[in-house]
Amino acid sequence: MASSSLSAKPAGLRGPPARLSRWRAFRKWIAAQEGWVFIFPWVVGFILLDLGPYIFALIISFLNWDVGRPPSYIGLRNYQAAFTDPLVGKSLWNTAYYTLFHVPGSTIIAFAVAGLLNQRVRGMPIWRTMYYIPSVTSGVGMALIWIWLFAPRGAMNGMLGWFGIEGPRWLTSTTWAMPALIIMSFWGVGSSMVIFLAGLQGVPQHLYEAAEVDGGGWWAKVRHVTIPMMTPYIFLSLILGVIGSFQVVTQALLMTEGGPDNATLFILLYIWIMGWNAFKMGYAASISWILFAIIFLATIVQFLGARRWVYYEYQEPG
Amino acid sequence: MAATTAGVERRRPIALRAFRWTRRILLYLIVVGGSFVYMYPVFFMLRTSLTKESDLYVVPPIIVPLPPVWENYAIMWQNGPTWSWIKNSLIVVSFSVVAETVTSVSVAYGFARTRFAARDKLFIGVLATMMLPGAVTLIPRWLIFHRLDMIDTLWPLLIPRLFGTAFYIFIMRQFFLTLPRELDDAARIDGASHLQILRKVVIPLSVPAIATIAVFSFMNRWNDFLEPLIYLLRTENLTLAVGLRFFVSRFGTEYHLLMAGAMLLIVPMIFAFFLAQKQFIRGIALTGIKG
Repeated sequence: MASSSLSAKPAGLRGPPARLSRWRAFRKWIAAQEGWVFIFPWVVGFILLDLGPYIFALIISFLNWDVGRPPSYIGLRNYQAAFTDPLVGKSLWNTAYYTLFHVPGSTIIAFAVAGLLNQRVRGMPIWRTMYYIPSVTSGVGMALIWIWLFAPRGAMNGMLGWFGIEGPRWLTSTTWAMPALIIMSFWGVGSSMVIFLAGLQGVPQHLYEAAEVDGGGWWAKVRHVTIPMMTPYIFLSLILGVIGSFQVVTQALLMTEGGPDNATLFILLYIWIMGWNAFKMGYAASISWILFAIIFLATIVQFLGARRWVYYEYQEPG
Repeated sequence: MAATTAGVERRRPIALRAFRWTRRILLYLIVVGGSFVYMYPVFFMLRTSLTKESDLYVVPPIIVPLPPVWENYAIMWQNGPTWSWIKNSLIVVSFSVVAETVTSVSVAYGFARTRFAARDKLFIGVLATMMLPGAVTLIPRWLIFHRLDMIDTLWPLLIPRLFGTAFYIFIMRQFFLTLPRELDDAARIDGASHLQILRKVVIPLSVPAIATIAVFSFMNRWNDFLEPLIYLLRTENLTLAVGLRFFVSRFGTEYHLLMAGAMLLIVPMIFAFFLAQKQFIRGIALTGIKG
């Protein structure tokens, strides 16, 4: 302290500007770090609630951790057990089955509905809202309604009856329980529909005019203008669709409890059963890593495939 | 002379007009018809919730139950601690909407408008948490909250909302990037700090986008099932969405009561959506969510 004040004195006139510029540099540096203040909450959350738990989950998956007893290290034995567990195979198969129909089906429906809702029709805000409402209310409320729609004497079978078809016992049939959940999922396409709608409004009008000049009809315009321009949105919807579809649990838990005969046992439902009914936390964690690997691979494959068919109009600078 | 040309000219437009008219009528039929198909489950729920049990399977089906049987709601209401469920849901939802929106907006501002070395690398972290399955963190998070002795309290449903949500951060950042930079530069020259720019310049221009994430937050928290299912134990501590799960086992095939319960969950959502609808649709269009 004393030495610094002593050395500062002889510097005399040269001192203050030097200190000032250091102070300025420091202030500039601080100003440059100001962004940290804004993103600080996210960084903390990312470490405590994402990164940390991911590492923790990896450790747990190597442990024999039945809640209530001290955990012990068992190496890869949870994974070995998972790979030979017929219910893991069954639930993965079920989840893939659901995904295979739900994702393409709901993307096509959402696209068609968005196209419809992009037309000039009177009272459009009302119609849009009506298409969107089942999605707003998705989850438990919708599951309860569809239990009743799919009841043996419910609305679905009533409607089939008009055509002389005797409907199946949807939710209690091993064959029809999964199709029932897939059909129901088509009522929840609202969010992709809204994304598509936003995209459609951004398709430049002059492209349609150019197609018209070339003598293109309605289908030519859809095929050569709308679909190519919409590929980024379709891609986004597929990516998020697959991720979501692999983590379906609410409907299955409420409507069928994974039954009948495990026909609607989804992988996340099985993780829940293992973790919170059987209290095998280590085993559940290892299955969740298998789920992770599948979703990760599916996403990577889609990104690689995207180069072939997704059209980006411009490259974002920087 | 003039009359004949006029006649010829009039005839073709009539054929064209007829074609256009049929096309328009067809379009209306599809749009309106489809919207009824989509609303059918909701109408059906409303109808069933007001129908006598003995009338459920009457042929032809009763479309408007008269007089409406309000008693169904009373029976449903008394079947569980419905008030506590609603209270818990309201605590979780109101806290989450405010917390998630405020933090996501400020974090998104940091990613879109400030400059520091690690910014873009960190943003990859945001994208990763959006894309990677949350299922993996379910177990470790539960064990952490278990260790903190917070199981069967609302804390595990509230605390994570304080740190921003990846998807909302992403939407808001994309939106902020579309705002012209000249606006903040002008404010900067006037000596405004980042916080002032956010409050006085950026937020007023972002109301539809903010409304959009607020609506998303409200919907997701109100409907959230898995988190309350694993964290809450005692019946009176549940949120409404999880509480209604018991209706399925308890009412089994008493569909009129089941539907009254579903109404309880769905009506606030529809109401909230109608209130926010205009901002919401605009917000979605503006944010231009794109890969």
